[in-house]
Amino acid sequence: MKFGLYGFLFAMWSLIIVGGGIMVVLLGPFTIQQFGDFHWILTSGTKVAIALGLIVMWILILSKLKNYIFKKELKF
Amino acid sequence: MIELIIPAIISCIIAFFVVYFTTPPLIKILLKKNYTVKDMNKKENVMVARPGGISIILGIVVSEIILYGFFQLNEILAIIITTSAAFVIGYVDDRKVMGGWFKPVTLAVAALPIIFLGAYDSDLVFPLFGYVQIPLLYLGLIIFMIPITGNTINSIDVLNGVATGFMVIASFTLSICLFILQNYEIAIVSLPLGFVSLAFYKYHKIPSKIFPGDSGALAFGAMYGTIAIVGGVEIIAAIALLPAVINSFLFLASVKRVVEHRQIKGKPVEFTDNFKLKATTDKTAPVTLVRLILASGPLTEKQVGFAIFKLAIFSGILAIITAFMMGVSL
Repeated sequence: MKFGLYGFLFAMWSLIIVGGGIMVVLLGPFTIQQFGDFHWILTSGTKVAIALGLIVMWILILSKLKNYIFKKELKF
Repeated sequence: MIELIIPAIISCIIAFFVVYFTTPPLIKILLKKNYTVKDMNKKENVMVARPGGISIILGIVVSEIILYGFFQLNEILAIIITTSAAFVIGYVDDRKVMGGWFKPVTLAVAALPIIFLGAYDSDLVFPLFGYVQIPLLYLGLIIFMIPITGNTINSIDVLNGVATGFMVIASFTLSICLFILQNYEIAIVSLPLGFVSLAFYKYHKIPSKIFPGDSGALAFGAMYGTIAIVGGVEIIAAIALLPAVINSFLFLASVKRVVEHRQIKGKPVEFTDNFKLKATTDKTAPVTLVRLILASGPLTEKQVGFAIFKLAIFSGILAIITAFMMGVSL
């Protein structure tokens, strides 16, 4: 049980590091140039949407991991 | 370097002893005025003084004002204002039961001084990969971060000494990380949080003589969140806080909505005949960190507290590893 919690903590940490990598490598340099003066609004909006998508994905993965690691304990 | 060491020592001593010496008279006053709540995890009908946030905020404000005298940083003003605002919000909730919306919304407003004082850098730094510039998105992050850290610390304040003990570990970890990253001024500014928590832990540890209340827990959480923002260590701060984040995550994943703890009918924990804590079999009760710790069998309140502290130390080590990884680039 306790090992499960440490494993879950480690998994959360790993996901933060990987998520950070995706943010910096893919999301950071991303720009939309074709729309004149409004390109920065579109770029920011798209970045926000992708960032929110990543957060939702992070929560879904954690949810699956939680069910996998604590499947015995969560049968309350 | 000496110009940094002297303010650091003075502010740490002041932070510790202001809380250490003001808490006993505060307990007496609160007991006299009958500002008490029942300790739900005790066999006997034990009434405990609340809120202890008054001595906590006193220790934080006095020590940070002293540091402002040395450094004149806007970051210190942001910490003082946001933490004080969070204390007031918590104190209102201590005195009067407010709706579920109250704390998140007002804590978001409490975060605004950080923006107005310009006490932030909109670059979000990640370990190994560098940083990403998110000027607009970062403003949203500031507004979300204070309610999240405030409520996360508040949600872990479930057993005697747990919130303050956890805060001691998390805040000293954050200070160590700031020193590793050579952000010395903010590291020194962050130290009083650890010393205030340590002094309050003396009275909050099992058996508690005083509870921090929402005013204390929100002040702790808001100061922690503000330090993370002004120090540019948001990711590290989140990692050091992971056990409390797990607690909130498990709770929200099981109840599937944003709701106050007191609105949930099912209790996650029950008592054995010899008054040890055990996980409930009630399917309507939320899943919490304490309930998961107890899944392997009943434990005393003290044992559960130490299990949480061990998790906090583990995530503290991960946070320190992350701080070292900040200096490495792939």
